[in-house]
Amino acid sequence: MAALLGRSCRKLGFLSSGHGARRTVSTETGKSLNLYAAINQALHIALDSDPRSYVFGEDVGFGGVFRCTTGLAERFGKNRVFNTPLCEQGIVGFGIGLAAMGNRAIVEIQFADYIYPAFDQIVNEAAKFRYRSGNQFNCGGLTIRAPYGAVGHGGHYHSQSPEAFFCHVPGIKVVIPRSPREAKGLLLSCIRDPNPVVFFEPKWLYRQAVEEVPEHDYTIPLSEAEVIREGNDITLVGWGAQLTIMEQACLEAEKEGISCELIDLKTLLPWDKETVEASVKKTGRLLISHEAPITGGFGAEISATILERCFLKLEAPVSRVCGLDTPFPLVFEPFYMPTKNKILDAIKTTVNY
Amino acid sequence: MALRLRSSLSKSNFFNILRYNNLGFGTASQTTRHLRTHDPTTLLRVSQNPITRFCNTMAEKLSSVGEHEDANAQVMDFPGGKVAFTPEIKFISESSKERVPCYRVLDDNGQLITNSHFVQVSEEVAVKMYSDMVTLQIMDNIFYEAQRQGRLSFYATTIGEEAINIASAAALSPQDVIFPQYREPGVLLWRGFTLQEFANQCFGNKSDNGKGRQMPVHYGSNKLNYFTVSATIATQLPNAVGAAYSLKMDKKDACAVTYFGDGGSSEGDFHAALNFAAVMEAPVLFICRNNGWAISTPTSDQFRSDGLVVKGRAYGIRSIRVDGNDALAMYSAVHTAREMAITEERPILIEALTYRVGHHSTSDDSTRYRSADEIEWWNKARNPLSRLRTWIESNGWWSDEEESDLRSRIKKEMLEALRVAEKTEKPNLENMFSDVYDVPPLNLREQERQVRQTIKSYPQDYPSDVPL
Repeated sequence: MAALLGRSCRKLGFLSSGHGARRTVSTETGKSLNLYAAINQALHIALDSDPRSYVFGEDVGFGGVFRCTTGLAERFGKNRVFNTPLCEQGIVGFGIGLAAMGNRAIVEIQFADYIYPAFDQIVNEAAKFRYRSGNQFNCGGLTIRAPYGAVGHGGHYHSQSPEAFFCHVPGIKVVIPRSPREAKGLLLSCIRDPNPVVFFEPKWLYRQAVEEVPEHDYTIPLSEAEVIREGNDITLVGWGAQLTIMEQACLEAEKEGISCELIDLKTLLPWDKETVEASVKKTGRLLISHEAPITGGFGAEISATILERCFLKLEAPVSRVCGLDTPFPLVFEPFYMPTKNKILDAIKTTVNY
Repeated sequence: MALRLRSSLSKSNFFNILRYNNLGFGTASQTTRHLRTHDPTTLLRVSQNPITRFCNTMAEKLSSVGEHEDANAQVMDFPGGKVAFTPEIKFISESSKERVPCYRVLDDNGQLITNSHFVQVSEEVAVKMYSDMVTLQIMDNIFYEAQRQGRLSFYATTIGEEAINIASAAALSPQDVIFPQYREPGVLLWRGFTLQEFANQCFGNKSDNGKGRQMPVHYGSNKLNYFTVSATIATQLPNAVGAAYSLKMDKKDACAVTYFGDGGSSEGDFHAALNFAAVMEAPVLFICRNNGWAISTPTSDQFRSDGLVVKGRAYGIRSIRVDGNDALAMYSAVHTAREMAITEERPILIEALTYRVGHHSTSDDSTRYRSADEIEWWNKARNPLSRLRTWIESNGWWSDEEESDLRSRIKKEMLEALRVAEKTEKPNLENMFSDVYDVPPLNLREQERQVRQTIKSYPQDYPSDVPL
């Protein structure tokens, strides 16, 4: 029940990001869309703007299990938007071949939990395609989309956050949007980026997150983190759905006189070290939060890098508030998750170190 | 009397071959395939005829069902099409009584088999095929020796499989895109990759297309439509299917062709690729070099089917088994398959039976797991070069003198290519960091800076033949 309440708070998250925060997308108005509708819009624009682009994966024909591909097959035809057999290694392998011929292959993996059969194709083929060929060939037109993250009842195989595995692979990019408006712009950037990209979509936000999304074609740059809330006492870094939770923690910390700076990393590989470094040099404290298990999670990479760059400026050890080192549990999900209160406690511990 | 059909380099009347050989596949569904439009507003299903394909099989079943009076009255519409019932508990046997026969045109002695059907090749093509097979053989022997002498770090020969390499390449057009495994340098050779270019890649020098990043024999050439080799087994198969789909959508008169070995057919990517190719109706040729060995693993430890050819049907893919050491049969099979793949928008599986005469690579000594006699027998009695040579000589297109001229010329060229490649400097250090992405990101620029710093402090730790 607490989990449900905690989840419902996410609905409110995206409207408040004032405080003179640096924004990379203009605050122009648009239609109110949820995450899957925003992604759907991005896909429509992508297919419309390049006749040699394709969307495929399991069940995408009828609109997809999360409705992200609604209307695409009807509009662009079954030759460009189609169901594939149930085979992730085939889906990604086929996508690499399409991309290698200069097409944009926008591939859907039904749940990030099922991406592993395609791991060989991603790591050994896609990531190395350009390098190993001496730039004679590339599969930059490949974009792999997959829903990731906790959903309240997903258990082991509908809740995983596998981003850390992919952040360890030179040659691909890893991007995770936090909201509908961000998702549309980032996805269009990923599709048009001349490198293969893995785009993880926070499935929890597909329906829960609603935001005004400009209707036109726009992109948000990759490898640029965004300070979505300015502060002076501690820097928090996160991505995806976790940012809403972190934002709530920041609001509560503020009531106790702690000023928090919140950064959305957006692109995990290659990540924007400069923005995080500048922030930590100002605040002297860093807290990273992600749903994925703490050991070997991407927070460790951020922590190690910031330690190298900001050691003398740090007032406290880098704090990581993450998922626990267990398979993602069902009944125990509320205990597993890095909740607002866990983050709030960590903020206070860090500030009072 | 051998039936000779008009050749070959452009579209040939391959249907003649099919009628005579009675390959026994349906043709009814082909017209409906071309109804498929590229009009984006169409609401038609991806394929007009998943049912009609089953209907072909259906027609055969119904006629045999007639023996059982009760059964033929009842037919159920399961998803995928009608299926007749049978009251007999009958399993489909795990194998046919007889193995699928192997298509060949030249016998072991290089004599044309009477009444054989094949696509005629011109003197020019036949002589080029033979010359390229000789060139490949010489190149292999010289590179192998160079590795033994420590001049090369690694090499893998194609000995015994020259006919598969060269004849298949000869039957394709230059626009057909190739997704190789790693034992198909002959395809590159046919298309014009020079001995110098092969040597450059093996030495990883600055003229290597791959910029020194990979081990020897990992060739690639976008000019020649040959995708860069990666050592991972069978990963190229699904890639080829995607590329084939692209060619189809772009309405090119070309297909994708991918090669793999008997070992590769056990990989998941093989199953993924064949299934996708069939469903996507992709114009792709799957050419399996069944050479009997995957390093030390014989085919009896690899699969229990009748080789590769029978697996095609499991995916709804037309297949053929061909003598891989018979250049004319390889040529005909690939030529025919290519036509089918492109005009009918379908994949074809070709199992080329052959033998890996050489070791798996220079890191292998195959006498540890197979008899030297077996290797020797295949090298002598079933040699693909000698069979083709006999045939071209019988046509008056080749002679001993031309043979020795060719061999000495190639050997000289090869040794010179080696010498030049060895002397040529390596690519400079910046090439370690470029092409990971289209543009080096900040972290790589930083790392390059750091490495250069370290080199200044410890030059002795770094090879002197890599220019900074």
